This record gives sequence, C-alpha cells and structure tokens, in this order.
Amino acid sequence: MSKTLFDKIWDSHVISDLGNGFVLLHIDRLLLHDMSGGKALKEAIEKGYAPSQPRLIYGTPDHTMSTQPGRTEKTFAPGESLILSMRETTRAYGIKLFDLGQDGQGIVHVMGPEQGLTLPGTTLVCGDSHTSTHGGMGALAFGIGASELVHTIATQTMVQRKPKRFRASFEGALQPGVTAKDMILHLIGDVGTAAGTGYAVEYAGSAVRALPVEARLTLCNLTIEMGARTGMVAPDDTTYEYLDGRDYAPKGAMWDRAVAHWRTLPSDPDAEFDREHTIDMANVAPQITWGTSPEHVIAVDRAIPDPSTGPEEKRAAWAAALKYQGLEPGRPIEGTQVDWVFIGSCTNSRISDLRAAAAIARGRHKADHVTAWVVPGSVRIKREAEAEGLDKVFLDAGFEWREPGCSMCLASNGERVPPGKRSVSTSNRNFVGRQGPGARTHLASPAMAAAAAIKGAIADVRKL
Amino acid sequence: MDKFTKVTGVAVPLMRQNVDTDLIIRIERLVDNVGREGLGPFCFEQIRFKPDGSEDPDCILNQEPYREAPIILSRENFGCGSSREGAVWALKGFGIKTVIAPYFGDIFNNNCFQNGILPVALPIEEIEQLADEMTASPGNARVTVDLENCVVVSPTGRTIPFQIDARRQHAMLNGLDDIAQTFSRKAEIEAWQSNDKTARPWVWL
Repeated sequence: MSKTLFDKIWDSHVISDLGNGFVLLHIDRLLLHDMSGGKALKEAIEKGYAPSQPRLIYGTPDHTMSTQPGRTEKTFAPGESLILSMRETTRAYGIKLFDLGQDGQGIVHVMGPEQGLTLPGTTLVCGDSHTSTHGGMGALAFGIGASELVHTIATQTMVQRKPKRFRASFEGALQPGVTAKDMILHLIGDVGTAAGTGYAVEYAGSAVRALPVEARLTLCNLTIEMGARTGMVAPDDTTYEYLDGRDYAPKGAMWDRAVAHWRTLPSDPDAEFDREHTIDMANVAPQITWGTSPEHVIAVDRAIPDPSTGPEEKRAAWAAALKYQGLEPGRPIEGTQVDWVFIGSCTNSRISDLRAAAAIARGRHKADHVTAWVVPGSVRIKREAEAEGLDKVFLDAGFEWREPGCSMCLASNGERVPPGKRSVSTSNRNFVGRQGPGARTHLASPAMAAAAAIKGAIADVRKL
Repeated sequence: MDKFTKVTGVAVPLMRQNVDTDLIIRIERLVDNVGREGLGPFCFEQIRFKPDGSEDPDCILNQEPYREAPIILSRENFGCGSSREGAVWALKGFGIKTVIAPYFGDIFNNNCFQNGILPVALPIEEIEQLADEMTASPGNARVTVDLENCVVVSPTGRTIPFQIDARRQHAMLNGLDDIAQTFSRKAEIEAWQSNDKTARPWVWL
C-alpha cells in the first residue's frame, strides 16, 4: 500500500495500538531547554521516574538567557535558577547539556540540526511548539506540553493519536527577494491559522526541493502557526550533504546504511493526502504581517486591509488587530515607520539568514531612530559569522551583535520591544504582547528586516 | 490527575477567534518562580488589566456574574500558539473547569487532558446560542457540561451532545495518569527498542 513520508515514520514507531485511535509511539530524540527542561526532569525524578533513555536526551539553555554581549547566567537574574536546575538534573543522569558559553549552545531548534542530532526518519519532541522546525531534516518532530515532557522522560514514548495528512506544494521558481519565510507566511495567509489543526503537513513541490536545508527548517518552523504540530520535507541529497560529517550524525559504513534507509522514506508517488494545497511561486512576493496573527499577512507592496471589506467572520478580529497595531486601513504598508528590528529566533537566525541580512546592511547605516538587533542562533553560527566578518558589517551599519538565544522573539529573558513601539522581526509570532506588553510586531524575512532598519520604515527589499 | 465528571455554572462568552496561549498567560509569569499553583491571578492579564495595573471594567472576565465562571465560551482555535502548559495551569488557577469552542490548538488540547480541564468542541452556531442564552438572563443562566453523558445543557434546557475520544473520556472520569498506564507496557517498549537497535543502530547514540 502506498504511504506518505509521515505514515512511514509514524507506523515504524508504533510500539502498541492502544485502541480508540491512540498508539504508543517511540520517541528517538528528546530535546530540553531551560524554560521547561530542568523542571520536567525534576518532576519526573520526584515522581520516581528516572530518565529511561538519557542518551537520547539533549539540552541547551536558550529561552531565559540574556543575549547581551558578555552575558552570564546571572545577567538575567530570573533565568539563573532555571539553568542551575537544568545543570543539576542533566548532570545527575549523564544527559548531554550544551551549556552557556560552550560550543554547541544555541536555540534548541538550531542546535539539533547543527549537531546532527536531528536525523531523517526519527521522531523528535521538545517542550516548545516550534519543534516542527526539525521536520526540515525529514524528521517527525512536534512540540509537547510539560506533562507530556515528563511522560517522555520517564518512558521515551508518547501516547498519541494519528493526525490526518496535508500536503502543501510550492511550484516554480522563487521571485526576487522571496525566501522560505515568505513562502510559509504566504501559505498561512492563504489557508489561515487553523487550516493545519489535526494534520501533519508535508511540504513538497519543485520550489521546496530546490531549497537548502536551512530554508527548509524555516519553512517547517512556522507549521504550528497554521495549526499543525508537525511539518516535514522529504530527505534527499541536499539533506545528506548538510548532515554528512556533523558531530552526532552516523559515520563510515553506518552512514551508508542510514542513507540507504533514509532513501526509502519519501512519500510514494501515488500516496494519498487528506488535504492538498498548491501555491504557484510566480504569485508570491516578499511578505509582511500587518496584524496580530500570522495569517494577517500581505505582500509588502499591498495596502493595509480594510476590515469592512474582509470576510464577515474575521472583521472584528481584523479591526481589533489594526487598533492594537496602530494602523490605518487602505494605506500602503510600505513606509510605515518602525522603531525596532529583531533579526534572530529559531525561525531565522542561521548563517544563511545572517548572510542575507548582512547583504542588505553592508555599506549602509540603520536609520537613527531604529534599534536593530542581530541575535545569532548558536555559538557556532556566531563564530562562523565572525569569521566571515558579518559581525563587522552589522556593527558598522549600527546594528547590535549579540549572544545566541531566543531573545526578543518571546521576551522570556527580559529583552522586549517597549510598549507601543513597532518592530520588524524575523521571528514567528505577532501575537498581542508577544515581544513585550503593548509591542507591535511585523513578521518578515531577514533581508526585509534589515531593509526596514536601513529605511527606518517597512521597506520593499527589492527596491534596495 | 483531577477527575472531571460534571460542571454546572456560569459560562463567560469570551467570543474571540484564536485566543492564543500567550494571551492566556504571559511567558514571564512562567519564568518567575510563582509555581503552577500561583498562575491564576495572571490568567488573561493582558485583557483583564489596564497598563497601569487596574482592572479593565470593559473586560467581560471582570464583570458580574462572569467573574467566577467555571466555563468559557469562545470562537475557533482556542489555545493556539505556544505549547506552554502554564496556560492550562493558569486557567485552572483562575477557576476554569471547561472551555467550549469549535476547535482547539492541538497542543493546548492535549495539555488540557493532562490536567483535568475538559475542552469541549461544539459547532460555532451552538456556542453563539449558548452565549445569547447567557447574556439574555444574566445572573440566573447556568450551563452544565456532563462528561459521563457527553452533553452540554444550555440555560434554557436544550441538550447539546458533544463527542470525545473514549480513551480520554475514561481517563478524565477516573483521573487516570498516562505515565502509570504506559509503565504497564514496559516489556513491550523494551522489546521494540531492542529490535530497533538492530534495525536502525545509527539512532542509538
């Protein structure tokens, strides 16, 4: 029988059928971060459940660590107890922690692929909704809550119900200025923020096949913003080239054996999906969000939508979003003055993202009224960028060059966009108060964010 | 886990789409060491309080008789966004026992079942009518959510059936903990792992 990529990974991880549509699923990788990692380990241990497979568990602090240059765990005081508890609990069970200041530390969804811990065909979970990112490697990865985290620590399994299958196909060549971020924002704008609820998404089509791995990670990262917990791209030679030689990837004969297995994973040609959606890349321009949900997105050369002409069931939400964002319907979004620019997060903090932003910033200077931050996704990315001189490009352009972490994406480390201020951010959520109480967020690609910093306003990257 | 059988009380119509978990509980409250029991006062703080910290009287959650409501009525995609289970702990601390919406964020939905909070999915037309019946006779109107019989009873006595997975219904009614149930399958798990180490040795570090 024909199977999808998702079905092949899911079915091969079922330990037992629990009835009523539920199964017990094996989890190959559990990633921990400082917000919930130490607490979950402690809770499991206190309940009498020692980690059952500590060698399949890896951790790194990212959420509550300051990203200020020269930071320590004390720089943002409330995070200190979280990292201390994470150190204590991981050490007790021999769980590898990529600790602050060490090679390998970074945003947990950057760290996994970078280390070669995220492998095609594996199941991977983390107490964070953007765990879908790892699907860019051909893994079945999804975010879980604190209780499910304790369950996974204790048993290396999860009780799950199989989702339906959704294939989103992107066909054709990317237009100038268009990136994976624009692809996924455009898709969410098309289908809405709940279209994926109850589904596992596979991204396919010629435009996806042509994307490098880092862009595939960006694509999968925002899957949860269309309601699906997991999104994936079939592994191929691009995946294997990226993975070959990474620290935790298999080596030698084992590598060959693994690749032979991974080549069996892509969806069979006649595999069926419960829902299909196709996007013609000829119609996709650089995107920017205008409201307070990722589905509130338009091409940068369009006007801010008018709630009175929107779908009836969305008018109230659109009007509330415009009020919160301080925007007038009908005006072009381009030229809207911005106060902050944030380049970073598990969505867009990888070396290719920093290169794209630096290409715009090079030889230019940010507008005087803008505060612009660049927060690399990991210690390795930071070093690589510095070796290429990207830090100098950003510093010369008046941007701040910071330490790796989640930072202003969710403001859990005290780094916030001030109330009423407007930020163009490369992160994943423009929710009310997400980047700080009263903060106004516009999501865009790294190059679009850099362009906004230079112009001091929302700008069309194609015109720079 | 707390058992859930039946709740009768005021239902507060929080009739918005996409109530995200950032809105339910701000992330910094989960960094502060208040513990999961201490999150109730911060539930929905962004809409319950003005920037100066005073209560916003326009927010329905601050109005009588809704202040003590154990039931929330909402629109599509309640609990979308972040996986933070703190959103469920905050709702629980705020006195919420059940949320009725057309559908829920997948992770939030799972988190509810881990904490004895019942997410009930009903068609939006039914929820709008429940909201109308609540606001038509404020003070007297009550909604009942009965898990044993899988029905919601409206203030005017209409009985609206809802669906729930039999496994989850059983676990909620009996307050069962997933971990204990999974542990009973330890031998099966170990056998699977032993086979997998032969089939996919590269996964096992």
